[in-house]
Amino acid sequence: MRLGLMALPAVFFAVFFAWPVAAIVGRGLKADGAWQFGRIGEVLGDPDIGHVLWFTTWQALASTALTLLIALPGAYVFARLEFPGKQLLRAVVTVPFVLPTVVVGTAFLALLGRGGLLDQLWGVRLDTTVWAILLAHVFFNYAVVVRTVGGLWSQLDPRQEEAARVLGASRFAAWRTVTLPALGPAVAAAALMVFLFTFTSFGVVQILGGPTFSTLEVEIYRQTAELLDLPTAAVLTMVQFVAVGAILAVHARTVRRRETALKLVDPAQTARRPRGAGQWMLLASVLAVVALLILLPVGVLIERSLDTPDGYGLGYYRALQAAGDNGSFLVPPIEAIWNSLQYALAATVIALVIGGLAAAALTRRGSGRLIRGFDALLMLPLGVSAVTVGFGFLITLDEPPLDLRTSWILVPLAQALVGTPFVVRIMLPVLRAVDGRLREAAAVLGASPLRAWREVDLPLVRRALLVAAGFAFAVSLGEFGATVFIARPDRPTLPVAVARLLGRAGDLNYGQAMALSTILMVVCAVALLVLERIRTDRSGEF
Amino acid sequence: MRSTKRLAAGAIAAALGITTLAACGGSDGKKTSGEASGSGSKTVTLVSHDSFNASDPVLKAFTAQTGYTVKVLKSGDAGAALNQEILTKGSPRGDVFFGVDNTLLSRALDNGIFTPYEAKGLDRVPADVQVDKDKHRVTPVDTGDICVNYDKKYFADKKLAPPQSFDDLVKPEYKDLLVTENVATSSPGLGFMLGSVAKYGDEGWQDYWKKLKANGVKVVDGWEQAYNTDFSGSAGGKKAKGDRPLVVSYASSPPAEVIYADPKPTEAPTGVATGTCFRQTEFAGLLKGARNEAGGKALLDFLISKKFQEDMPLQMFVDPVAKDAAVPPEFTKFGAKITNSATVAPDKIAKNRDQWVKTWSSLVLK
Amino acid sequence: MLKLDGVTVRFGQRAALDAVDLEVADHETVCVLGPSGSGKSTLLRVVAGLQPLDSGRVLLGGADQSGVPVHKRGLGLMFQDHQLFPQRDVAGNVAFGLRMRGASRGEQASRVGELLDLVGLPGAGRRAVAALSGGEQQRVALARALAPSPRLLMLDEPLGQLDRTLRERLVVELRSLFGRLGTTVLAVTHDQGEAFALADRVVVMRDGRIAQTGTPLEVWQHPASEFVARFLGFENVVPATVSGEVADTAWGKVPVPAGSPQGPVRVLVRPAGVRLVGEREGLPCEVVGRTFRGSHVALRLRPGGGPLLEAECGLEGAPGVGAPVGVAFGVGGVVVLGEE
Repeated sequence: MRLGLMALPAVFFAVFFAWPVAAIVGRGLKADGAWQFGRIGEVLGDPDIGHVLWFTTWQALASTALTLLIALPGAYVFARLEFPGKQLLRAVVTVPFVLPTVVVGTAFLALLGRGGLLDQLWGVRLDTTVWAILLAHVFFNYAVVVRTVGGLWSQLDPRQEEAARVLGASRFAAWRTVTLPALGPAVAAAALMVFLFTFTSFGVVQILGGPTFSTLEVEIYRQTAELLDLPTAAVLTMVQFVAVGAILAVHARTVRRRETALKLVDPAQTARRPRGAGQWMLLASVLAVVALLILLPVGVLIERSLDTPDGYGLGYYRALQAAGDNGSFLVPPIEAIWNSLQYALAATVIALVIGGLAAAALTRRGSGRLIRGFDALLMLPLGVSAVTVGFGFLITLDEPPLDLRTSWILVPLAQALVGTPFVVRIMLPVLRAVDGRLREAAAVLGASPLRAWREVDLPLVRRALLVAAGFAFAVSLGEFGATVFIARPDRPTLPVAVARLLGRAGDLNYGQAMALSTILMVVCAVALLVLERIRTDRSGEF
Repeated sequence: MRSTKRLAAGAIAAALGITTLAACGGSDGKKTSGEASGSGSKTVTLVSHDSFNASDPVLKAFTAQTGYTVKVLKSGDAGAALNQEILTKGSPRGDVFFGVDNTLLSRALDNGIFTPYEAKGLDRVPADVQVDKDKHRVTPVDTGDICVNYDKKYFADKKLAPPQSFDDLVKPEYKDLLVTENVATSSPGLGFMLGSVAKYGDEGWQDYWKKLKANGVKVVDGWEQAYNTDFSGSAGGKKAKGDRPLVVSYASSPPAEVIYADPKPTEAPTGVATGTCFRQTEFAGLLKGARNEAGGKALLDFLISKKFQEDMPLQMFVDPVAKDAAVPPEFTKFGAKITNSATVAPDKIAKNRDQWVKTWSSLVLK
Repeated sequence: MLKLDGVTVRFGQRAALDAVDLEVADHETVCVLGPSGSGKSTLLRVVAGLQPLDSGRVLLGGADQSGVPVHKRGLGLMFQDHQLFPQRDVAGNVAFGLRMRGASRGEQASRVGELLDLVGLPGAGRRAVAALSGGEQQRVALARALAPSPRLLMLDEPLGQLDRTLRERLVVELRSLFGRLGTTVLAVTHDQGEAFALADRVVVMRDGRIAQTGTPLEVWQHPASEFVARFLGFENVVPATVSGEVADTAWGKVPVPAGSPQGPVRVLVRPAGVRLVGEREGLPCEVVGRTFRGSHVALRLRPGGGPLLEAECGLEGAPGVGAPVGVAFGVGGVVVLGEE
């Protein structure tokens, strides 16, 4: 049964991840039919590489810690407090996730750079410092923490904490001893994802850090895409693998110790209006952080999309509308939106099917070493450079019926590789928290295992499923690295169209890039809001 | 390996089935995917980088002329696109590759990814851009110049003459004014450095960069950031309060500032320092193992035809190579005529590129 | 209806069920009684198919159930903690089994109404299960298990978490309900009062084995072993040597019924068989505890030798703590227990 569930995800990962990556690494390390392990020592002995590795690791750790510090109060506020506009805001904080880094960099400089808010207020400029990188990482990953941790938090029974309070625990002690351990797996999962994202950060480091900061990912990109130095790229990829593998191992240990069946309740019953000065303060400070860190950069983008030479107006949007008749460079925005949605939808479905099956298989208790290994394997795509996978596709999927090199399906497949870990990470804690005896109750009442899953697990995890779908969708919508590498018939997605516009001189190009970015944000926010709606409408179905 | 692929193919049929269902809306995507394969096809596939562009009427004219439909595959920037072709050598994804420039040409030729073909109409192309004229493995299609651009308003306000040459840039009156791109990650950045190599020679260029650094050159990672954020003369830079009136960009950037403006100004807001230019030439070639060789040859002929060459400037902001191709009036009116651009031989670039980049990085970045 | 044939389940080294044989006849209510850890819940899970067997067979209506998955066995099981589906309302829970059997909406609705009436929750269909009290949840769980008319209804600690008055009332209701419906029931409980009130037949389990089977009266009157006696709540068990109709114990001579096994045995004296007599007439004891039990007073007595004795006496004239009393044993209250 478990093996059956595992078959599809396993094959998917073998064919679309393990094989391509192994092939490209193998090609790099093998010359004239012999393995060239000498290169490993050579590359690792390079002090420049050592420096890159050190910087990559510590900035990722620092970014993760900072993100948790800033976003955990946010997770609490979104989970437990009721305030007007909450749904909208929850969608908005996820928007940065889909933005191309080029656009974010521009917006972020408005906050930290020359003439930015900090510069005007205190004369502080953080661009080209490591702080810019760290804060931008928080900006990108805020939603990861708010959504994964907050999703579970909102379903934890508040009475548990109340019980601890009655037993004499202070508010904080109750949180620390009751809620935090229950949240443990979700926090660990979120931290892991943030770490992987920041460890493999590319655009943010390039734009905000300037040329003096370089991550492993940048180095791998350069060696593969620019220099075609496959041996060096192969060694670096393996180094990245080892680092990511070590983190995954640590994560697996912390999570396994903590996993318990939790009593989940309807999130609608756990959130209430803030009470007392403490909660109001918390709400206010979280809203302030969101406003400063997320709304402000996003606002700058919108402002620039409206700031035409004739004053504020919709001129750039009208220009987008008129595009399309002068060649294939510009596509009408409707078409780019439609392309993006199609790709993202396909990628989301793939990620949900693959990730859902894997999570269901991993839920069955008493899993052996093999299964746990698979769990970790599913996370690896987050830690592998898009260029490695993309180039791997080229040399593996090149023969019918698997000659997918020029097929549109490769784009959603590559995006799904990134989306699947989200689905697994988000679904797993919730699925594991479902009381197995509910399934037994359904079985005794005549439900087959599949039916029991549909009738019992699915309704309980629907929310998690939607959160996961939202992430997979957002990641796919904003995905740029793989999308731009994979040769595709010319159907540009929104991020690709934005990048093209930014790649050209001229006021209209710049303005249209800002307008398209704004549209991308709106599309993302609307899609996420629709997902939230589905949840609210259906929770009272039975 | 073969049987493994078959096996894997069978096993993932299910997975693909699901996804195809999910994306059944992608009807126009399907159209473009399947049909390119098969010999004797009426489709010819052009593989290129992301900046490739041609207008629809021109591509339709090619179809009318030859009966072939062009399918364009874009993948990544110029370097990435070429490297992908090298990796798939012998089993290419398309028939023609466009977009190898002179900084990358040696790599393409050394890896032998092209089948020689002498395109019809090469007699209209000046001999100096026909780098491979003995073997005709590649055909030159366009040229472009990487030059320092300046913010006209800044220099007018300051009543200062804008710099015109490499030498000018290290003068004290231009201190802290120039922003350029990382040589390791940016194509214009590399071009500008190569220009300095051409100008000052294998030894002298390092001294030049030491002086540039002392004169406050700023280095960012990509052209987008340099031009749209730091350069004070561009539309984006103005909004971002850019404070560098000099930027390493293209000779075609000023015309673009006019063409992509609404309302159109009577004069370009930026100018070109004509003595700071490095000449880039882009080539195309017939891929070895192309499924549709005949179509590929026809396409190569078409790339240097008057029709395509005249369409190209406004699509890709490059100059045509064909002598009979008219340049759009915006180019001549708002652009600069570059006559003395520097260049370095492709094989010399290939041999020294890594070392130069390393040297440059330790000189300028550390 | 149900037949267990040498059923054995092991968890590691420990046998949770050790070669258990058991039969439940049609329309019979059988209660499995035992302390926690005796294997009684495992027994239910085995019958339901939730727990695989290490050896032995489970037959339902004469058919071997090995290989029949849980959902095809057509049983009802009421879980100890109900396991109501939290995301469904009361009606959704009750109708679940019917839906699984493909009943039409109309059928479902009428059956749900019928069952909610039956369990005393008319019109509660739209209520959320989280908003129900413990007793109400219990009733919903029962209605859910009964709704598909299972051929065998299994109850795991059916009244475990309810307060005493509710429990006593529900036991009576359940008993008459099962009688009316003709349901075949297999229940497990650790509460002997519940078992005796509910069951046609009681099965006492210990460490995965059946210690005694019989009607409630038989088991109550003739506990088969010291374990059963003590589990039923009897304290007055003492080693003895029987010869003829007298047993020699630490409490002195105790009369035993005619035909009792001879030699070294254990003897149970029910509290009702311990009579208080004059201080000098019988076994001298001191009253060390006194508990008011409504209809009588339970006394704990310390004799000169041997273990403490439990005795009952009327409300009037019950001696106070510390008072010296004498004790005599009535043969009607004495049971000679079998070997362990």
